[in-house]
Amino acid sequence: MQTPKTNQQKKIQVDSSSMDRIHPMENVLRMDRIPHIWCPGCGIGLAVTAFAAALEKAEIDLSKIVIVSGIGCTGRVAGYVKLDSFHTTHGRAIAFATGIKVANPDMKVVVFSGDGDLIAIGGNHFIHAARRNIDMLVVCVNNFIYAMTGGQVAPTTPLTAYATTCPFGCVEPPFNIPYLADSSGAVYVARWTTLHVRRLTNAFVEALNKKGFSVVEAISPCAQYYSRINRLGDGLDMMRYYHDNAEIRNGEDTKNLDIDFQGKIIVGKFIDRERPSYTDRYNEWLSKVKGGENEPG
Amino acid sequence: MKADQRDVLTGVYYIDGDVASGYGALAAGCKFIAGYPITPSTEAAEAFARIAPKGGAMFIQMEDELASISAIVGAAWAGAKTMTITSGPGYSLMMETIGYGAMLETPFVLLNIQRGGPSTGVPTKTGQADMMQARWGSHGDYELIAIAPDSPQELFDHTIKAFNLAEKYRCPVMIMADECVGHMTEKVVIPRAEEIELEPRRWYTGPPDEYIPFKPDEDLVPKMVKAGSGHKLFISGRLHDERGYPVDNEHFELKYVRRLIDKIMCNKDKIIELKEEQLDDADVVVVSYGISSRVAVRGIEMAREKGIKVGNLRLITVWPFPDERITELAKKVKAFVVPEINYGQVVFDVARCCHGNANVVLVPHGGAGVHMPDDICDAILLGAKEERKIEKVIEFKTQLEKLVFKGGSKLKE
Ligand SMILES: Cc1ncc(C[n+]2csc(CCOP(=O)(O)OP(=O)(O)O)c2C)c(N)n1
Ligand code: SF4
Ligand SMILES: [Mg+2]
Repeated sequence: MQTPKTNQQKKIQVDSSSMDRIHPMENVLRMDRIPHIWCPGCGIGLAVTAFAAALEKAEIDLSKIVIVSGIGCTGRVAGYVKLDSFHTTHGRAIAFATGIKVANPDMKVVVFSGDGDLIAIGGNHFIHAARRNIDMLVVCVNNFIYAMTGGQVAPTTPLTAYATTCPFGCVEPPFNIPYLADSSGAVYVARWTTLHVRRLTNAFVEALNKKGFSVVEAISPCAQYYSRINRLGDGLDMMRYYHDNAEIRNGEDTKNLDIDFQGKIIVGKFIDRERPSYTDRYNEWLSKVKGGENEPG
Repeated sequence: MKADQRDVLTGVYYIDGDVASGYGALAAGCKFIAGYPITPSTEAAEAFARIAPKGGAMFIQMEDELASISAIVGAAWAGAKTMTITSGPGYSLMMETIGYGAMLETPFVLLNIQRGGPSTGVPTKTGQADMMQARWGSHGDYELIAIAPDSPQELFDHTIKAFNLAEKYRCPVMIMADECVGHMTEKVVIPRAEEIELEPRRWYTGPPDEYIPFKPDEDLVPKMVKAGSGHKLFISGRLHDERGYPVDNEHFELKYVRRLIDKIMCNKDKIIELKEEQLDDADVVVVSYGISSRVAVRGIEMAREKGIKVGNLRLITVWPFPDERITELAKKVKAFVVPEINYGQVVFDVARCCHGNANVVLVPHGGAGVHMPDDICDAILLGAKEERKIEKVIEFKTQLEKLVFKGGSKLKE
């Protein structure tokens, strides 16, 4: 009988610390912008919930974090999170964030955007920021589709899946995002679905505390387009699909993470390694330049 | 505010315009340049990359021009004075983010060393055919400032001027130089730091929770804060209200986008710089900018030797355009002569401001070369001779055109 009592005490404690709050996450959400625009059954809100929880858990100074989004349904995230937030142009979030980070290395920079934004139109910035090892966390909400514009094919759409611009099924193989991140030089790479809220939260906490280019892919239902066009039911049905088909394999070789249409989704933390970040290299280089050690060529 | 001694390479130099602009950027307190190599602008980036570390500044070569301009807008919001450097194709790639910068009221400078176009065009030779792109290139309504230096010395001076204008009006400022000016080597005098006046950023200094990001001051320009200073900014390229929050309706479009235009247009008198010579009794006025204004000087001299009363109006600021000044002069003179290295761009703004009161002669020149002073002289003579009011822009036939087409453009004859 001891255990439930402690639990109850704990619960009461949590409640009292957030007693004056209208919403348990109002510290990190812009309550004056709620209701948000996302559809019922959409997974983006879950990714934001996990992120908001991670911000509180990671215990970092919230005034020193910048969140940058591109354009898309996921691109709206920056506007709901109560940090210094920037809603940039389609594809350029990482490039913009690179400017912020190098101009003010004290900032913790988070890019939160969609699969199309980060991997198609912004793909070049993604691989180059990984190569440079810019210290930032990139959260890629992968819903396998261009949602904001109404369900067009993305570079993440599984082969044969339908999209409005692939009415006979997708003919192109998709990118395996963790493999792309890994081979471009990211120091932290994880993939979870929005069903795995607790694990996703932990991944955010770890990645926020990691120095270097970190990528967390959050596979997420688009109830409005992807699942409707492909007759997969609603958001809940997609969660059921994740539940039945997600397999946790921490440390799995990123080569093996392809996703087939309605196939197995391998999730987990795949990469957690050390490489000097851009800022570290730059500072070392700069002191050599200033000390006259590095002569101009 | 004076320039920082550490950033100013005081002395007398014999350098090209590109290098002078790189030195000017550092002197202006620019702490961050992102760029992607492209002829004929690259020397400016190279010059800055060499001198930046000593001034506590940095140069980063990004993966493309889309990244370069996005990075400088980001860095500007992190508090730095920033610039990017490009030409031709790179300039085209930057268009979307120029509009983004204007929408966010971000101060930054863009150096465009214009080359011959279109497309890859003539990378190593001059052009002035991006002038309208500078004004209208990004989608939607907005205004920005464009200036056109005509010497390496001005590329130094005007780079500082561009930074000052960007800070004062919180808008993108284009330095619309051209290959001739960028690659021309001349004497450049860099003064001492205390002789260089710099415009500080319009920092907001009140209580953080009272900050309203897009609430304008009396001159229609809002105050700025930087990311990381505890304001919980929300900054978006979407149409937004004064808090920065997205809005959709036409009232906000009118109120907010209109202000982006008005903050430049209502301050035009303070922004515009012109160089005027012998306009008092002029019958003809040559309107030119950049390298074309250097060539025009000789054409004007030749016409004066022939007894024509010709004045010289050089557009140091091209955008915003000096509408009122041209309109006023049009009532007094017979004609304007406009030499430019394109097939007609700024000339149509001159014609627009004439309201039919004076004739307008275009002296066109394709990219890859500059005008012959004789052509400019002959165009002046044509303008002085024509007594009728011609209801269109008169296109002067240059010697080159006669040579290539044996008597005139084939399409038009
Ligand atoms: C330059 C440019 N091209 C196209 C668009 C239109 N557009 C807006 S969002 C989007 C796709 C977004 O897809 P994704 O990044 O996957 O985000 P999602 O909506 O799925 O979250 C596109 C193509 C744009 N805004 N800008
Ligand atoms: S369209 Fe899809 S991704 Fe966008 S809000 Fe709706 S469900 Fe979510
Ligand atoms: Mg998507």
